[in-house]
Amino acid sequence: MSEGATQLQVSVWRGTGTGAWQTFQVPRRSNQTVLDVATYIQRHLDPTLSYRYACRVGMCGSCAMSVNGVARWTCRTHVSRVCADGRLELAPLANMPVVKDLVVDMQGFFDKWRDAHGRFVRGPAGRHDPVARVRPDSPARQQADAGIECIGCGVCYASCDVVTWRPEFLGPAALNRAWTLVNDERDTAGAARLAAVAGDAGCHACHTQGSCTLRCPKQLTPTASIAGLKRTVARAAVRGELDDEAARGQA
Amino acid sequence: MSGHEATSAARRNDGRARGHRGWIGFAVHRVSGLLLALFLPLHFWTLGLALEGEAALDGALRWYEMPVFKVGEWLLVFCLAVHLLGGIRLLLIEFASWRGMRLGWVTGACAASLAISLVFVVLAWS
Amino acid sequence: MAMAIFVAVHLGVMIWAMQGGLTAAEILGRTQGSVAWMLFYGVFVLLAAVHAGIGLRNILVEWTPLAPRPAGWAGNAAAAVLLAMGWRAVWAVTWAGAA
Repeated sequence: MSEGATQLQVSVWRGTGTGAWQTFQVPRRSNQTVLDVATYIQRHLDPTLSYRYACRVGMCGSCAMSVNGVARWTCRTHVSRVCADGRLELAPLANMPVVKDLVVDMQGFFDKWRDAHGRFVRGPAGRHDPVARVRPDSPARQQADAGIECIGCGVCYASCDVVTWRPEFLGPAALNRAWTLVNDERDTAGAARLAAVAGDAGCHACHTQGSCTLRCPKQLTPTASIAGLKRTVARAAVRGELDDEAARGQA
Repeated sequence: MSGHEATSAARRNDGRARGHRGWIGFAVHRVSGLLLALFLPLHFWTLGLALEGEAALDGALRWYEMPVFKVGEWLLVFCLAVHLLGGIRLLLIEFASWRGMRLGWVTGACAASLAISLVFVVLAWS
Repeated sequence: MAMAIFVAVHLGVMIWAMQGGLTAAEILGRTQGSVAWMLFYGVFVLLAAVHAGIGLRNILVEWTPLAPRPAGWAGNAAAAVLLAMGWRAVWAVTWAGAA
């Protein structure tokens, strides 16, 4: 694929919401990740470049950005996989305000997590009560486990057109987290959470485009979680939305 | 809307993030639905001509023998079939057990709708 | 889900009925005075009007600068228009039109 190309032409977004593209020449190496490229630029070519990373081994999700127009983790993206004729384009994640260069403000993303009641609310049991016994093979627990590995990297949120088109849409990550809690039998926020994720800002705005499920670096399925919420909300609406039993979401 | 000015500084996705099969399924479903919704008033008006008598309705139907309307009929049958099949795909995703994005349905719906619309055209024009 | 059944029936009927072309006499000959067709298409129009109203509202909110509240009104207005025109058409072919 490389006709002896030893240099990459890397186009990087500089600035905030307004700015410009800056092109760098980066030596191409075998086994090179896009994170290696960004790091090379910042260390050897332009120390003013702002970008995020932490673990660099695909565990923390900090390095998420737009590579050739698609949201990915740069540490887990080999240059050889995404490079067409030696060209790379690095841009900040979509759908989040740009702080500087490749860094976005994720406040709104986490605010929506809160708005979707993506927080575990415990029941009356205290430290002197026995530990809750949750069967790991129960259908509800399996549903919860399928979505529980989310680390809030924002790739799904950045990939979603409905987030772009409806600023109030809670988004795939927040709704996925809400679904794991709907299926957590120890949680007690049931009815309030269902009310929060119903309606146009919630699950019903999802059009099953599936970009979230396609791009999730942990192979989670927000589309499935949102479908579960649609089912559960529909059932609760038919029975009366404050019905706590309907909020359990047994599929 | 809180945060609205903040999102104006956000970047948007372009075609490179779209164009995957699930997205195409969405796009076909939305466009076909829009075309059908825009067509319906004409459809209802035409049938309403029966209130003025059989001749009035026949007059309109003779108009619709023109080639442009024949192509339109093929397109309508395609749109209705693909919107129906795409809708069934969504119902399966939502209510049946999770088996992924059922992308085969996207391809299948387009192919089946093409076949159905062609069958319609062949039968109607013979 | 109900829509799926109605659409499937309508599609099937149209393909079958349109064989060899279609005249007003052929349509009205089958539909005039038929309570069954009136009920079928009456319900079909109602479902289609509601379904289209919701879909149009979504398109307006997501693809035009219209805010959610006016988009909702526009969607309802479209549904009302489709309902009125649709039921008039059902009436026309099943009851009031000349045989």
